[in-house]
Amino acid sequence: MSTAAITHEQGHATTDEKVLWQGGKSPFKAGYGKVMMWYFLISDTFTFASLLVTYGALRFAMTDNWPKSAEVFSSIPLPMFEGVHAPLVFVSFMTFLLIVSSYTMVRAVQEGYLMNRKGVIKFLVPTLICGLMFLGCQYLEWTHMMHDGVTATTASEITKVVNFGQLFFIITGFHGLHVFAGTILLTWLIVATANGRFDKVGHYEMVEKIGLYWHFVDLVWVYVFLCFYLL
Amino acid sequence: MQTVAHGDVHTQDTHHGDHGHHDHHEQSWLEKYVFSTDHKIVAKQFLITGMMWAIVGALLSVLFRIQLAWPDETFPFLETFLGKWAEGGKISNEFYNALITMHGTILIFFVLTGGLSGTFANLLIPYQIGSRDMASGFINMLSYWFFFIASMVMFSSFFIQTGPAAGGWTAYPPLNGLRDTAISKGSGLGFDLWALAMVLFIISSLLGGLNYISTTLNLRTKGMTMFKLPLTVWSFMLTAVIGLLAFPALLAGVALLEFDRLLGTSFYLNDIIINGNLLDYKGGSPILYQHLFWFLGHPEVYIIILPAMGIVSEVISVHSRKPIFGYRAMVMSLSTIVVISFLVWAHHMFVSGMNPNLGAVFMLFSLLIAVPSSIKTFNWLGTIWRGSLRLNSPMMFAIGFVSMFITGGVTGIILGSAAIDIQLHDTYFVIAHFHLVMGVAAFFGMFAGVYHWFPRFYGRYMNETLGMIHFWITLIGGYAIFFPMHFMNDIPRRYYSFANFETFNRFEDMMVFITVSAIIVFLAQLLFVVNFFYSIFKGRKVEGEVCNPWGSTTLEWTAPVERLHGNWPGELPTVYRWPYDYSVNGRDFIPQNEPLKPGEVEHQ
Repeated sequence: MSTAAITHEQGHATTDEKVLWQGGKSPFKAGYGKVMMWYFLISDTFTFASLLVTYGALRFAMTDNWPKSAEVFSSIPLPMFEGVHAPLVFVSFMTFLLIVSSYTMVRAVQEGYLMNRKGVIKFLVPTLICGLMFLGCQYLEWTHMMHDGVTATTASEITKVVNFGQLFFIITGFHGLHVFAGTILLTWLIVATANGRFDKVGHYEMVEKIGLYWHFVDLVWVYVFLCFYLL
Repeated sequence: MQTVAHGDVHTQDTHHGDHGHHDHHEQSWLEKYVFSTDHKIVAKQFLITGMMWAIVGALLSVLFRIQLAWPDETFPFLETFLGKWAEGGKISNEFYNALITMHGTILIFFVLTGGLSGTFANLLIPYQIGSRDMASGFINMLSYWFFFIASMVMFSSFFIQTGPAAGGWTAYPPLNGLRDTAISKGSGLGFDLWALAMVLFIISSLLGGLNYISTTLNLRTKGMTMFKLPLTVWSFMLTAVIGLLAFPALLAGVALLEFDRLLGTSFYLNDIIINGNLLDYKGGSPILYQHLFWFLGHPEVYIIILPAMGIVSEVISVHSRKPIFGYRAMVMSLSTIVVISFLVWAHHMFVSGMNPNLGAVFMLFSLLIAVPSSIKTFNWLGTIWRGSLRLNSPMMFAIGFVSMFITGGVTGIILGSAAIDIQLHDTYFVIAHFHLVMGVAAFFGMFAGVYHWFPRFYGRYMNETLGMIHFWITLIGGYAIFFPMHFMNDIPRRYYSFANFETFNRFEDMMVFITVSAIIVFLAQLLFVVNFFYSIFKGRKVEGEVCNPWGSTTLEWTAPVERLHGNWPGELPTVYRWPYDYSVNGRDFIPQNEPLKPGEVEHQ
């Protein structure tokens, strides 16, 4: 028994590839939850990929009719900016929100490594706020577009084809759903952290796991942004 | 010693996180048998639900076979059971379409995906890698209950006014893209329930798959390297990888289809004219749906066949008393199949109107996938070759699997060629091909698995005589049903009746022969069900301290007969050797947890 225990210990000490995969411990030095999160995100990538492939397939079948993004998103959907010509400014702000939230998420994970409960909360709260602000912005943009006559089944004079609206609402909607789920996770995470749950468990891996999810959602936005606003 | 063992339990349990403290409190009946997080119970739940579905799915096929064999006769008992769907004792056109649709959906997804993977991955992964349970028992339980809810939703569609989905299991638009019961009754609520059930099923499969992969990678016991894993575990893990990457495409595809149906978007529909009226849909592409669907649909057949392959590898090796032939080649061919399975999907679409040059690429990969499949087949034959075979029911079903897989696989190569496929597309030849290679074959793998691991489930054997009768009727009957279809290679499938088609009318007697065979095979399956439930209570008990009825090397047979939460009473077994040490060093078999003798060289 004792020999086996010693071999086991040695396994921890070395990073040799062969030893890592010899069983008795995680080859990734990570709990199952983190491994699962990675595989879930890979799977989710394929869902988004399927939707974006749909976007590509429909769009490239009607190259000439496709609306110009600078014309569709030419204004800021807030009363105080009414009439101001500011193409893509609002969406840039939305993207900025997500980038900031990604940064604060990284810092929260970092504080988690240091087992610093207050630090984790300090950086999770702004992450959550950015996420909620993003959802708010999305609400403003959606209602603005619907006001202009663009819905999942109709087109305005600018968007020309119904397919733009349907793809826009379904794909940004699916992304928004992910952000929404993320804000729920973050809220739970902040409460759990404040209650000292992870100090009791002895590690802050949960912050890391939800952090992975959050970064994924931000990364997907880059592609969604690319498809609808830049290309 | 006792304290050490206890310490070991805890090391392992740290992986379980919040769900690890199951050893410490008494479980209620509900926790133990209904909302259980124990992998063995979850496996049983999947198995029994899968068996229920198999009976339903097979019964549907008997019903539509009756219509095909005797299109002019009436069977009053059908009206008794089916009511308005069989007025005057004759199955209606609408219901016939619903029958073939639901037959495909149920058997492909609910039996051979949920039932097969769910049962054996859950039972065998923790046992064979030497783990106390799945990585997350809670997610595992959710996986079953999502499967159960999906089953209920799907089943409920049989009982609604407009009947279940009737547009084919592939659910192609435009037929399924319009929510209009005037076109087809099944395209009403029935299809919505179908889509909802599929989404729930995909969630179940995602939750299960995450567990299978992370358990296999993370929770292997000491000494269990990846190349000491039994081929069953390899196949379950790789199946989960395919599922994780392929099902999202169906999720997206079906979701967009529902948006077309419910919101009126135009993802798949374009300029549809119904009764002279041009509908409002613009710019959608039905071929896009086919691409999304078959990006799942083709890998799906490997999701079905890979677990069966793993089970058969194990069963054949054990009952030949010989090491598996070419272990690494088996692992490599499994992995190759996983990769190529994602590059062949459009061979289902040679006649869809896509670019023929694209067809050439998909044809190349489709033919290429025959290489790893053949490697596996030859390795099974190599394992049987000069073994001391025990021809009992698990072994017979495993050999039957190889037989069916070869017969169905050969026609796969014929169909993989685009030029020939265009001729044979949607004919009975295709039915013969895929039923043999992934329908009957996967069932044989599943039966081999149930007969083989039944002692692990219940501590008893299944009845051997009934098993043999079941095997011979199923083998001969399976061929009797599907072999004649090779000759009907110009008869279109899915037709309700050939009465109005002179050309297709010449196989009337064959149709009767096939239907009679199908009914006999169906009744033989009930024999299996009887055997299963009878043996749970009255089967011969497994003798001995540990449950090792077949003299196997793998870890699931080092645990006691009684079912324990945590699988092993003391510490977890440590693994020293590969899983196929049969008939070596003058011994019948050497378990994986037996240390190497001084001077013994480890199998490479």
